[in-house]
Amino acid sequence: MVPRKADPDSRSRLVLRRFLRRRLAVAGLFLVALFFVFAYLGPFFYKWQYNQLDFQAFLQPPSSSHWFGTTQNGFDMLALTMRGMQKSLIIGLIGAVLSTGIAAIAGAAAGYFSGWTDRMMIAMIDLLLVLPSFLIIAILSPVFSGKTWLIFVLLLSAFQWMITARVVRSMTLSMKEREFVYAARFMGVSNWRIILRHILPNMSSFLIIDATINVSSLILSEVGLSFFGFGVQPPDISLGTLINDHWQSASTPNGYQFYLPAFLLILLVLAVNLVGDGLRDALDPNAGIGGDR
Amino acid sequence: MGRFLLRRLAYLIVLVVIATASTYFLAAAALNPRSNFEGRNPPPPPEIVDARLSELNLNDKTPIVERFNRWISGVFRADFGLTVDGAPVNDEMGRRVWVSLRLLLIGSLLGTLAGVAAGAYSAVKQYAFTDHAITLVSFVILSINTVVLAVFLANAGTSFNNAVGYRFLYNTGEYAPGLEDWTSAGILDRVQHLILPSMVLILQGFAFYSRYQRNSMLDVLGSDFVRTAQAKGLRRSKALIKHALRTALIPMGTFFAYQFALIFIGSIFVEKIFTWHGMGEWFVQSIQKNDVNVTAAIGLFVAILVLIAGFLSDVVTVALDPRIRRS
Repeated sequence: MVPRKADPDSRSRLVLRRFLRRRLAVAGLFLVALFFVFAYLGPFFYKWQYNQLDFQAFLQPPSSSHWFGTTQNGFDMLALTMRGMQKSLIIGLIGAVLSTGIAAIAGAAAGYFSGWTDRMMIAMIDLLLVLPSFLIIAILSPVFSGKTWLIFVLLLSAFQWMITARVVRSMTLSMKEREFVYAARFMGVSNWRIILRHILPNMSSFLIIDATINVSSLILSEVGLSFFGFGVQPPDISLGTLINDHWQSASTPNGYQFYLPAFLLILLVLAVNLVGDGLRDALDPNAGIGGDR
Repeated sequence: MGRFLLRRLAYLIVLVVIATASTYFLAAAALNPRSNFEGRNPPPPPEIVDARLSELNLNDKTPIVERFNRWISGVFRADFGLTVDGAPVNDEMGRRVWVSLRLLLIGSLLGTLAGVAAGAYSAVKQYAFTDHAITLVSFVILSINTVVLAVFLANAGTSFNNAVGYRFLYNTGEYAPGLEDWTSAGILDRVQHLILPSMVLILQGFAFYSRYQRNSMLDVLGSDFVRTAQAKGLRRSKALIKHALRTALIPMGTFFAYQFALIFIGSIFVEKIFTWHGMGEWFVQSIQKNDVNVTAAIGLFVAILVLIAGFLSDVVTVALDPRIRRS
C-alpha cells in the first residue's frame, strides 16, 4: 500500500493521469458511455419501440425501415436490443454495487471480529466452491419466476460476493494491526465505525476495481441464466432472453437476430473489462496475482 | 505427507456432504412436483396425487427432513430414488454420467494444459509478440459468454466443412445414428462429434489458466533461486522447467479445484447447444420438471467431481511443494 500523500488532490490527479495514459481503457470507458446512450436515449430517436408490432414485416432482413430486421412476430430487432441492453446494464450496475458492498462489509467483519463470524464466512466460501451460484440460482428460479426481476438481481449479488470477501478479509487482518486502527480503538470509536470509516476507505482502490470487474461478470451471469429461462423472464427483455430466443437462427439467413445482441454483448463486456484493467493499473500498480479477483 | 492428504480428503468429503444436503433442501423447498400432477387434464383427485407423490418421496406434506432421510439412506445404498415420471434415477444417470465425463475430462485437461503452457511461455518471452497475442486472445475469450462462444464455434464448424468440401466436423449430438458402438468407425465418428464442443471448454480453460499462469510465472522468474540454478551451470531451459515452472504451478492447483464446478456449468451450455444428452441437459430439464431427486443427484455428481479435482490438485501440490511434504 502506497503511503497517502499530504495533498489528497495529487493522488486523484495521479490516478487520473495513469488511467488516461491507457488508451485502451479510455476507449473502453467511451464505449460503455456509448452503450448507455444507445440503450437509454436510443429509443427516443428510433422509429420503432420494443413492444410495437409491424404487421407488414414478419421476419424481414435489415432494411431502411427496420435497421436490423424484424423477428418472426414483427418486432423490431434493434428496438428489442436497446431494451435488452437497458436491463443488462442496470443489472450489472445494481448487482456490482450490491455484491461489492456485501463483500466489503462481510469480509471486513470477518477479518475484524474473527472467531465465529470468520469461521462461518470461510465455510460459506468453501461451500460455494462446490455448489456454484449458477446451480443455486437455477434451482431457486421457480420461486422468483413471475415476480420482479429485482429479486433476481438480489440473488445474483447474494452469491457473487464470496471471493471478494475473502480478499477483503485478509486485507482487514493485516490492517487491523496498524497504528491508526489501534489509535481509533483506544479513543473509544465503536467497532463498526472503525470498519466503515477507517478500514474500508483504505481499501477503496481494491473495492472500486472489484465492482468494475463484477459489472461484467454479472452481465455474463445474467445472460447465462436467462438463456435457460432461469433469470430475466418475459415480458422483461434482456440480452440473455434475446440470445435465448434467437440463437437457433445464427446459422440461418436471419443470423442478424442472434449476431446483433451477441456482438453488442461481447463489446460491452470487453469494454467493461478494459475499464477494469485500466483502473487496476491506475489505482493499484503493484497488484499481483492475488489482487486479480 | 500422507496425513496431510488424508486430512484434506476428510475435509473435502465433509464439503460434499454439506453441498449435497444443501442441494436437496434447496430443490425440495423451491421445486413443486405437485404442480406436475395438478396441471393435468382432467385433474386427478388429491388423494391419488398425494399417494403418488409419497410413493416418489416427493410429497410436500411430508416434513422435508423426513424426505431427506429417506433419500439419503437410499443414496448410501447407491439408489438415487425415482424421477417425477416414476423411473429409477440410477438408470438414466448411468448413461448420462459418461456422456458428461467424456466432455468434461477432455475439455478440462486439454484446456488446463494449453493454458499453463501458453501462460508459462508468454511469461518467459515477456512483451514478445506471442505474449501480446496470447494475452489479447485470452482477454477476448474471457469476455465472451459461453453460449455465444458455443454458437460461434458451431457455425465455424459448418464453415470449415464447407471450405474443406465434406462433412468433417459435426455440431449436433454425440454420434451419428447407427454408429453407437465402439468400432474404429464409431470412434472416429465420436471424435468428429467431440471436437467442436470440447473446443468451447478448451478455449475457456486456455484463457483462464494462461492469465494466471503468466502472472504466477512472472513472480517466480525474478526470484533468486532461478538465477542461482542458472549460475551453477544449469541450461536455461532446464532451469526454467525444473525450478521456475514447478514453483509457478503450485498456486494453479487451487484454481484447478475451484474451476472444475465452473467447467461443469460451461458444459450445461455446451450440451444444450450441441444437443448432447449429458448431466447438464438433465439438470435444466429436472428443474423445469420439478424433479427434486434428479436435481439433488446432479448436485452430488458435481460435488464429487469437485472432490476428485480438489484431491488431485492436493496430490499435485504435495508432489511439487517439498515444504508440505516435510511438514
